Amino acid sequence: MKRPIAGAITLAHGAGGRASHQLIQEIFLFHLGNPFLQQGDDGAVLDLLEPDSQGGRWVTATDAHVVTPLEFPGGDIGRLAVNGTINDLAMMGASPRYLTAAFILEEGLSLALLDRVVASMATAAKTAGVPVVAGDTKVVERGKGDGMFITTSGFGLLPAGIQCGGSHAKPGDAVLVSGTLGDHAMALMAERNGLIFDPPLLSDTAALHGLVADILTPRPSAVHVLRDPTRGGVATVLNEIAQQSGVAIEIDESRLPMRPEVTAAAELMGLDPLYLANEGKVIVICEATDADSILLRMREHPLGQQSSQIGQVLASSRPFVEMRTHWGGRRLVDWLTGEVLPRIC
Amino acid sequence: MKHHAEYRDPEAAERLLKRIHQSVDPSREYRFMEFCGGHTHAISRFGLHGLLPPNVRLIHGPGCPVCVLPIGRLDMAIALAMKPGVILCCYGDTLRVPGSAGNSLQKARAYGADVRMVYSATEVLTIAEQSPLNEVVFFAIGFETTTPPTAHLLLEIQRRGLNQVSVLCNHVLTTPAIRAILEGPDQGPRLDGLVGPAHVSVVIGSSPYTPLASDFQMPIVIAGFEPLDILQAILMLIHQVNEDRHAVENEYTRAVVPEGNQRALMAMREVFETRESFEWRGLGSIAESGLRIRSSFANWDAESRYDLSYQTVADHKACECAAILRGHKEPLDCKVFGTACTPETPLGACMVSSEGACAAHFTYGRNLRNFR
Amino acid sequence: MCLAVPCKVTELLPDQRARVELDGLKKDISLAFVGPVEIGSYVILHVGYAIGVLDPEEAEKTLALFQELEAQPPP
Repeated sequence: MKRPIAGAITLAHGAGGRASHQLIQEIFLFHLGNPFLQQGDDGAVLDLLEPDSQGGRWVTATDAHVVTPLEFPGGDIGRLAVNGTINDLAMMGASPRYLTAAFILEEGLSLALLDRVVASMATAAKTAGVPVVAGDTKVVERGKGDGMFITTSGFGLLPAGIQCGGSHAKPGDAVLVSGTLGDHAMALMAERNGLIFDPPLLSDTAALHGLVADILTPRPSAVHVLRDPTRGGVATVLNEIAQQSGVAIEIDESRLPMRPEVTAAAELMGLDPLYLANEGKVIVICEATDADSILLRMREHPLGQQSSQIGQVLASSRPFVEMRTHWGGRRLVDWLTGEVLPRIC
Repeated sequence: MKHHAEYRDPEAAERLLKRIHQSVDPSREYRFMEFCGGHTHAISRFGLHGLLPPNVRLIHGPGCPVCVLPIGRLDMAIALAMKPGVILCCYGDTLRVPGSAGNSLQKARAYGADVRMVYSATEVLTIAEQSPLNEVVFFAIGFETTTPPTAHLLLEIQRRGLNQVSVLCNHVLTTPAIRAILEGPDQGPRLDGLVGPAHVSVVIGSSPYTPLASDFQMPIVIAGFEPLDILQAILMLIHQVNEDRHAVENEYTRAVVPEGNQRALMAMREVFETRESFEWRGLGSIAESGLRIRSSFANWDAESRYDLSYQTVADHKACECAAILRGHKEPLDCKVFGTACTPETPLGACMVSSEGACAAHFTYGRNLRNFR
Repeated sequence: MCLAVPCKVTELLPDQRARVELDGLKKDISLAFVGPVEIGSYVILHVGYAIGVLDPEEAEKTLALFQELEAQPPP
């Protein structure tokens, strides 16, 4: 971005693709840049805080949530907010311990809806075993706030010996995913686009720290990267990791777990499932020799029953992500351009 | 998915590829244009490029209605969107296309315009009924596949007397465009065959292609969009070339018949007439290649209702789209491909939508060079 | 251009509309351009409209053509 800065925010900046990436680099990192942020991981290890008696370090992460509609099949903005930050901490390998929540409420928002959302947050927090220990609320005038925005922050404890990060993928590593792709994005799109799922398609929003704990035990050093493919989908996450680690990643189209009705919906709308958001899935990059045993443990967990190895990491002079199609053809899986939009062509 | 998965069977694909490799004459090149953006997209998405013999070249044609939409027409839509009280409805494909001065419908929305993406023209009716005090404009684009739904929309708004709705019509026609490509100035190696668009042909039928095959001695195979359809069509074209035939063959017999969809064609004729000429981005003006709303529907024609003037806007000087759309050059031949011109910052028609030759190559295939 | 998908008709609805199904996903669409169709038949769906009807016999023939290739000697 040339300075002085001109232009306006567009929806592309929020989609998780190139424009989002550029915004972060050229405004946020430009001003705020420090070693914590430069790493580009889901959270930051607070190394000024003393490790605990077992060498565990504190980690923090934060997440802002905007979603329309506020309530959708399988969840609501509150549940997303709680699970989202818990997952950011889990992706660092940390055990989530505390959450904070700040609300921006639009004048005119239904109190009954707010009540339902907060109740849902409480349930999600209780199920995950992570309390919300601090909060704030502000109200904005009607027309200035899309109903409700929620920002959550979290603190977790990272056990000694665990080092997961986007820059740790190594050539030869296996790439795993914990379950079906695109469910969350499609569940949200369903009503707006006249897609009827019977039984209704539910968002996959879930707190993943239990699954992550199973993945890391017994050999945490075998797990190099954990990341949840939220907005921008698997394609975005794999491109981020490829760039951070300086590697190439090759995935196999026939190994991507997908519900048939989600595949059908993506075909109908002209959407590529690789770019669809998920809120309850994790990508695992691990030593190839440990892949089978990790998959076994994932499949035994309720949130990982359809875990699958989808690809591998390759050495490369420049980072890229590529997919082998069903017939052995190959195509680049590029960064998302713009937002994920349905096509007619 | 029934009628999907069977056409993606990897073993059948391997057999077809083997037959293709066995059927080509190694001493010559086969240059086939796939006219339709959907084929461009499918070929890239399925990674078919790298699997064909090196002397079979697939050239991407201009059958991408978003790519060939002139900047000036998009500017009209943006101008309408910026009018207070107007709700502009459009398909998702057009939201990010840059018009003049870097504007787009999406940017217009960022600056306060009410721009609504629709999946189907029927949603325009719902929007109009929910906002009776607003003027609602539908930005209609597309070839003959997408035209009948717009015709239906106009017939419905006439029937219901929804006088606040209008349509900005940018529908274009397939066979005149193919004719313009084949007739065009001969600046490059000739085409040996054409892969015809399946879904357009469901509407118009296979018979309109016959004069093209005979006038230009051009083999034409109408092909479905699944990988096996495309491979089968390529094989059929190779056979025609080897046997020195130039006929219209139909690979998509499961939905294309010679006379097309008469109901759809009748609705189109009732509502639209052919423009004497229409400008195509990258190709210039083509005679009888676009549709305009008939005067009997003038009430609902945005071009009559609003004071809009069309201004031609030239493309970037370094843009090679004109040559690329005609198959005379390839994306990599263009100086600005991948540098100034990317899907994020498209300068010309071929980069503007994910089906354009340059966008498809950039997004799916720019790695392929490394593997050749 | 023209993203269109074959879908099965599962229910006929008033006003020339129908419910179609694709691998468990359902959608309500317009039959304005195809006239009466039978439940169980397949239509080609584009932007909320059936633009044509799929001929299952022709589909079978096309698939058979793909399979037959093994048997044919090269020219």
